[in-house]
Amino acid sequence: MEWREIVYKLFKNKISLVGLAIIIIMALVAIFAPWIAPPRNPADPYFIPRAGWRSEPQPPSRENIFGTTEGQYDIFYGIIWGTRTAFLIGFVVVGASTLIGIVLGTVSAYYGGWIDEIIMRITDIFMSIPFTIAAIVMTTILGRGITNMMIALITFNWMSTARLMRSQVLSVKGEEFVQAARALGASDLRIIFKHVILNTIFPVVVQASMNMGSIVITASTLSFLGIGTPEGYADWGQMISFARNWIIGGQGNALKYWFTVVIPGAAITLFCLSWNLIGDAFRDILDPKMQ
Amino acid sequence: MLSYIVRRLAILPIILLGVTLLIFSMIMTLSPYERVSTFVKDPSQLKGGVEQLNELIEKHGLNDPWYMQYGRWIKGVFRGDLGWSESAGMPVTQALKERFAATAEITLFALIPVILGGTFLGIFAAVHHNDIWDHITRILAIIGWSFPTFVFGLIVLMIFYGVLGWFPPGRLDNWALSIVNSPEFTNYTGLYVIDSILNLNFQVLGNAIRHLVAPVLSIAILWWAYLMRITRSSMLETLGKDYIRTARSKGLRERSVIYKHAVKNALIPVITVSGQMLIGLMGGLVVTEAIFDIRGIGQFLAQSAQQLDYAGVLGGAIYFGFVLIIVNLIVDVSYALIDPRIRLE
Repeated sequence: MEWREIVYKLFKNKISLVGLAIIIIMALVAIFAPWIAPPRNPADPYFIPRAGWRSEPQPPSRENIFGTTEGQYDIFYGIIWGTRTAFLIGFVVVGASTLIGIVLGTVSAYYGGWIDEIIMRITDIFMSIPFTIAAIVMTTILGRGITNMMIALITFNWMSTARLMRSQVLSVKGEEFVQAARALGASDLRIIFKHVILNTIFPVVVQASMNMGSIVITASTLSFLGIGTPEGYADWGQMISFARNWIIGGQGNALKYWFTVVIPGAAITLFCLSWNLIGDAFRDILDPKMQ
Repeated sequence: MLSYIVRRLAILPIILLGVTLLIFSMIMTLSPYERVSTFVKDPSQLKGGVEQLNELIEKHGLNDPWYMQYGRWIKGVFRGDLGWSESAGMPVTQALKERFAATAEITLFALIPVILGGTFLGIFAAVHHNDIWDHITRILAIIGWSFPTFVFGLIVLMIFYGVLGWFPPGRLDNWALSIVNSPEFTNYTGLYVIDSILNLNFQVLGNAIRHLVAPVLSIAILWWAYLMRITRSSMLETLGKDYIRTARSKGLRERSVIYKHAVKNALIPVITVSGQMLIGLMGGLVVTEAIFDIRGIGQFLAQSAQQLDYAGVLGGAIYFGFVLIIVNLIVDVSYALIDPRIRLE
């Protein structure tokens, strides 16, 4: 299927358009964050300003339109700047691990033999610890912080891309256009880049778009457990961890602190939902059987 | 068949070696002072100041070349010696043993509704292909798949415990716990649901089930979405096959075409993904157990990670890694038993 045809179908699909619209709005929020929620300390904009030191969350008011969470961190500011954190983690982790997966999968399939065997066994080994558990362990050992978190996520996220890419390359390796290029004396690198990768990359793109949502969920899970971003960092997962002590409300009103969970929770869910909608539409277009 | 299983078993040692090397290399990024906690057997050894720590480092050879350290470490692992967990206040192996029952119970009781519900929804969507019900289940599945477990779990807790008071956190209420810990109650398995049936104590049974509903629901929502998706596409593919057309054309009722002929074949791919599902489910346990205050292995891992208890975290990783390897092996072998085509590969 042609690239242009796929993009055309993607824009015709209503479900994917909803996803695309949410992503674009969130991207605008991330870009214009300094104007939407001006930082009090421009040198360190990712740390959420506090409206005092009391522990109890305060309901939405004129100064804090989404209210404040535990420790008086402003929820609105955290949501706006947290959008940047989510995009940063998503793009860096998915980008880097997809790239690693493409290189390893292509090398594995193109050269075959013992190279293939070794790369695939290494892939099996990395897949032998559940992803969330591996990410928790590695982040704990590297220490808190957004860079360490991303390193841990990349380390355990490249395997499925490698496997997918390997099966893709295997399927085109024997095709006539590749043999023709080889017969014309093209070098391995030229064949791989010009003929193999371009013809196999599309399912990898789909996988990457589905991966964006789940990576951001795992990253916010780490922050939720208190081992991801440092305290006070604008990060949706951490904002929900602040809400944990207030979840059953107080003074006869069980929903008294609803805004501490629902607002950051809605932000994460919408972000993942829109990437999944796009990925789902992609998959339908590529695989008509699934429709 | 046999040669397939033998081949599958032959790579097992390589995987085990690789996984232990991977975990060990994570340990080695820590300094000897941090690493020493994974070797001691009781906490008083850690409180003796720098000199005593240096002695311990010397004694356990934490400055030796890595392959010597790996050899010693792996011997300890296979003897079940995983060091002292500061956060649990006991040896890691003991903590894992004590907490195993809680994790086993929640996994077991989550799997049943997840598998039944997910496959049912998938079959339902495929049978109603392209009509309104199909679209509704698909959209619900995408939403369910996008809901982080910790957000959904907290909202369940807020509504069903905070507002309605139906499903409290923990594994049992205090009165039920005192029955379970009393001498008249025999703990056969440590799984409260099964034990209370064996003791014929239905009050405890009711209480245990009540405590299981919320965590099971928050695990299930995600995996319903996943299984529904797989079952639906596999079912659609099967319904397009020639033998289904034959069954229809010979005048069989639609019910028996679907439930007798199609479903059996459509469920084969579902078995292949069940291994992957269990792996994801295990990762989700960390969050679910932490939210609903279930003192299982997942919660132990989360607590150790928060308190930088390296021995505890690594012990949890080893446990989950081994479980995963065993599950994958079982799935592969049972897949070969069910689908003869796979053996010819």
